[in-house]
Amino acid sequence: MFAVTMVAILVTMVLAGARAFSGPTVYDRILAANMIGTKTGLLIAVLGFLTERPEFLDLVLIYVLLNFIGMIAVLKLIERGDLGASDDSVTQSEAQI
Amino acid sequence: MEQVLDILSWVCLITGSVFCMIGGLGLLRLPDFYSRMHGAGITDTLGAGLVLVGLMFQGGGPLVTVKLVMILIIALIASPTSTHALAKAAYKSGLKPSLPNEDDH
Repeated sequence: MFAVTMVAILVTMVLAGARAFSGPTVYDRILAANMIGTKTGLLIAVLGFLTERPEFLDLVLIYVLLNFIGMIAVLKLIERGDLGASDDSVTQSEAQI
Repeated sequence: MEQVLDILSWVCLITGSVFCMIGGLGLLRLPDFYSRMHGAGITDTLGAGLVLVGLMFQGGGPLVTVKLVMILIIALIASPTSTHALAKAAYKSGLKPSLPNEDDH
C-alpha cells in the first residue's frame, strides 16, 4: 500500500516537473518547484514507513521548513532583485515573466 | 481493531494519492497561472493531509504520531503563506488573470 502511494506521489512530481520545464512564466516554475519540494517531503515520510524506519520523519520536518524558506527567498529575489533589500527600498527589478 | 485501523489507513492513503495526482494533472492542464495555483493547493492540503493522516493510522507509537502532527501543522501553515506570497508577487509584476469576458469591463 505504501508502494502505491509512493508511485502516485512520483507521478505527481513528474507532472509538476513537466509544468516546471514548460511553464510560460517564472511564477509557474516556482509553483511547480514548490510542489515538487512538498511532494519530496511526503515521499520521504512514506518511504520511512515502507522501510519501517519512522526516524525519517525528522528529515521531513527539516525538508518542509527549508522548502518554505527557500520559496520565500526565491520570491523575494525575483520581486526585488536583491536578497538583502530592505522593505522601504523601492528598487523594483524588471522581473522577466 | 487492528484490521479496522489498517483499512482506515489504506483508505486515507489511497484517497490522498488520488488527490495528489488530480492536483498534478490540474497543474499541468489548467489554462492560467492563477487557476494552476488551485491545482497545486489541492495537493498541499487534501493530498498531503490525507497521506499524513493515513500514516498516523499505522500506529507507530506516540512520538511518530506527534511528529506527523507537527509536519501536518507546518504544512498547513507554510503552504497557504507561500501561495499567498506567490500570488501577490505575480500580481504585482503585472501578470493578469485571464477572465472569460474581457470585453465586459
